[in-house]
Amino acid sequence: MAAPVSACPACDAAHLAEETAGRGYAGDGGESRRIMLSLPQVYCAACIVGVERGLATQPGVRSARVNLTLKRATVEADQGVEAEDLAAYLTGIGYEAYELDAGALSATETDKRSRDLMMRMGVAGFGMMNVMLLSVAVWSGATEATRDLFHWVSAAIALPIVAFSAQPFFRNAWTALRVARLNMDVPISLAIILAAGMSVYETMHSGQHAYFDAALSLTFFLLAGRYLDHRTRAVARSAAEELAALEVPRAHKIVDGQEVVVPVAELAVGDVVRVTPGNRVPVDGMVETGESEVDRSLLTGESLPVFAGPGEMVNAGEVNLTGPLTVRVAATGEDTSLHRMADLVAIAETARNKYTSLADKAAAIYAPAVHLLALGSFVAWLVITGGDVRLALNIAVAVLIITCPCALGLAVPAVTTAASGRLFKRGMLLKSATAMERLAEVDHVVFDKTGTLTQGEPTLDNMGDHAEADLAIAGALAQGSSHPLAQAITQAVSGAGIMPSVLSEVREIPGYGIEAQHGGEIVRLGRAEWLGARTLDRTATYLKIGKRPAVAFTFNDALREGAAEAVAAMKAQGCAVTLISGDAPAAVQDVAFRLGIEDYRAGMLPEGKVGALEELAAGGAKVLMVGDGLNDTAALAAAHVSISPASALEAARVVSDIVLLGKSLEPLGEAVSTSRKATKRIKENFGISTAYNLIAIPIALLGFATPLAAALAMSLSSITVSLNALRLKARRS
Amino acid sequence: MNVLVYLIPVSIFLGALGLLFFFYTLKSRQYEDPEGDAQRILSGIYDDAPPED
Repeated sequence: MAAPVSACPACDAAHLAEETAGRGYAGDGGESRRIMLSLPQVYCAACIVGVERGLATQPGVRSARVNLTLKRATVEADQGVEAEDLAAYLTGIGYEAYELDAGALSATETDKRSRDLMMRMGVAGFGMMNVMLLSVAVWSGATEATRDLFHWVSAAIALPIVAFSAQPFFRNAWTALRVARLNMDVPISLAIILAAGMSVYETMHSGQHAYFDAALSLTFFLLAGRYLDHRTRAVARSAAEELAALEVPRAHKIVDGQEVVVPVAELAVGDVVRVTPGNRVPVDGMVETGESEVDRSLLTGESLPVFAGPGEMVNAGEVNLTGPLTVRVAATGEDTSLHRMADLVAIAETARNKYTSLADKAAAIYAPAVHLLALGSFVAWLVITGGDVRLALNIAVAVLIITCPCALGLAVPAVTTAASGRLFKRGMLLKSATAMERLAEVDHVVFDKTGTLTQGEPTLDNMGDHAEADLAIAGALAQGSSHPLAQAITQAVSGAGIMPSVLSEVREIPGYGIEAQHGGEIVRLGRAEWLGARTLDRTATYLKIGKRPAVAFTFNDALREGAAEAVAAMKAQGCAVTLISGDAPAAVQDVAFRLGIEDYRAGMLPEGKVGALEELAAGGAKVLMVGDGLNDTAALAAAHVSISPASALEAARVVSDIVLLGKSLEPLGEAVSTSRKATKRIKENFGISTAYNLIAIPIALLGFATPLAAALAMSLSSITVSLNALRLKARRS
Repeated sequence: MNVLVYLIPVSIFLGALGLLFFFYTLKSRQYEDPEGDAQRILSGIYDDAPPED
C-alpha cells in the first residue's frame, strides 16, 4: 500500500516501517503489559500507519494502536518489553515519542465522566427530536383532543428524559444554592424545571402552549456545551497528569554497603545515597565520596557544570555528570531547596487565581438579571390582569426559556474547543481553562535562556582553530565520557568525518577530565586548572598533548529549534521581548544578540526573576513567561500566563498554563494569535446572544412568545454561535 | 386520525432503536478518537474491530 502524500516530514519514514511489517504476533503466552507513549508530532494518516507498523516490528509487541485525538499510542506487549526502548525506536524512525505512565487512574475516570455526559446528551437528543415532531403537528394546527393527546405523549417522553439528562445541571445548581450563591446552572435548572412543570399543568387543563420541546432542547444544547467543555479539559488534564507521572522519584540508598532502591519520600536525614552519572540528585546533601561535575542549569540557569567533591553541597534537582557520588542526606522532602522554591510558587499563584474568565463575568451579570426579569414580568402581569396567576406564570416561564443561555452555554466551550484543538494539533497543551483568555491579553514576553531558548546542550564552535590530528585525539578522549562537553566534541569530530586516534590506558578522572597515552605522550582533556591552562570566560574545555601548551575548545549553547521564529513572531505581534537568565552575562548576551533581543538581564536569582516580573506587571504589562527550570517556577507562577516545554522539570510544568509537547518553540507565535482570535470569537458570540435576547425579551415580556418562536430562536442562536466558533478551525495556515 | 394510534408508537420505537445503537457505539468506544478515525479512512489499511476492553 502507498502512504498518501502529506506535508508531514516525519511520515516519509513510514515507508521504511511498512516493508517490514504485517506479521501478527500473538505473544509469548504470558501476561501482556500495556505501554502508553506520548506522540506529540503525529497528525496524519501516514503517521498513524508509520507508528503502528513500526511498533509491530519490535520484538515482543503484540498490538499497537494510535489515538490521534490524544496523540498517544497504546501498546500491548510481553512483560519484558520496555517503554523506553519503544520510545527510543520511534524517535529513531522520525516520530518523537515519550514514555507515559499507563497506571494513571484519573484518565479512566475523566473518560467515564465524558461518556456519561455523552449518554445524557444522546438521550436528550432522542427525546428532543421525538417531541419536536409531535410539536410540529401541534404548531401546524392540531386542535382539541389531538393536541391534548400529543401533549400527553410529549410529556411521557419529556419528563423522564429531563429527569435523567438534566441531572448535571440540577446537581451544580443545588451545590451553588446550598452555599447561597448563584451560578449559570441555577437559571438553567429553573428554566428546565419550570418549563416542564408548567407544560404538565397546561396539558392537564388542555391549554394551548406546552414547552416540552423547549425543555428538552435546552437540555440538549447545554449538554453539548458542557460536553465540549469537559472534553477539552479532560484531554489536557490527563495528558498533563501523565507527563507528571513520568518522573517517579527514586533514590539508591546505601544500607550496609548494599544499594537499595527506595522512594525519595522514605529517605531520612543522615542516610547515604548513591548518585550515578547521568542521574538527578534526589535530595539536598553533602558529598561523602567521589568527585564529579554537576549540572545546575535547571536550578540556577547556569550553563556551565560545577565541580563537586567531598565536602561540597549538592541540591535536589541537579544532574550528576561524570563520576559516581555518594551523598549524605542533609534535607529531604519539604526542607529541600526544591520545596522552598515551591513555597515561592504558592505565594505567586494566589495572585493568579483572582483571574475571572469571560464566561464567569457574563454569568455574574446574566444570572441575577434573568431572575429579576422573570420575576418582574410575573408581578407586572399579575397586576395588569388583576390576579391571573396562570397567564402571569406562563409569561414568566416564556421569559426564562427565551433568555436561557443556550447560546451563552455554547458560546465559550465551542470556541475554546475549536481553539485548543487547533493549538493541540501544533503540539501545545492547555492545562488551565482560562489560559487562552489570559494568553490573548499578553503584551510582553519573558524568556528564560538555558533549556528554553537554547537546547541546554553545548555545541563546539571553534573547530576551525584546531589541527586535524588534535581533533582526532580530542575525539578519541571524549568518546567514553557522558559529560555534555565531551559528547559535543565526539559529535563534532565524527560529524566532520575525522577518525578518532587510537589511545591506550584511557581513564576518566571524575570531576577533572580524561587522560590517556598516545604515541608515548600523556594526552589530557578536561578542566583548565587540571591542565594548568588559563581559564577563558566562556564555556570551554581544554586539551593538552604532552608538553605542548593546552588549547581550548569553546562551546556555545545551540539555540532551540524554532527559537528565532518564536521571538520574531512575538515581536511581529507587538509584544515586547525580554530575556532573563541566571547564567553568566557573556552567555546571555550572546544568545540575546543571536535572537535579536535588546532587553536582557543576566545572573538573576529566582527571587530576582519574580521581582522583575512584578515590576513589569506593576507597569501594566501582561507578561507571558516561557521557562523550564526550577529557578523559573516562581516566575512562571507569578506571570500573567506561562508556558514551559515538555523537557522542563516537573515543578515548572505543573505551574505552567501551557505545555509545549514538541521540541520546537515555533508554535509560540501561533499560540498568541490563535488565542487572540478565540477571545474575539467569544466576545462576538456574546454579542450575538445579546442581540438575539434584545429582540426576544420584549416579545416574551409582552406575552407574544409561543413555543414555536422559542424553539426557533433557541436553535438559531445556538447554531449561529457554533458556526462562528468553527470559523476558527476552518482557517488553517 | 386513528392511524395515529399506530404511527406514534412506530415513530417512537424507531427513534428508540436509534438510541440503542447510539448506546452500543458509546459502549464500544467509537468516540474515543474522532481525529484518528477521520484520518484512518485515508490509510488503506483495514481494521475491522475497535480495540477490546
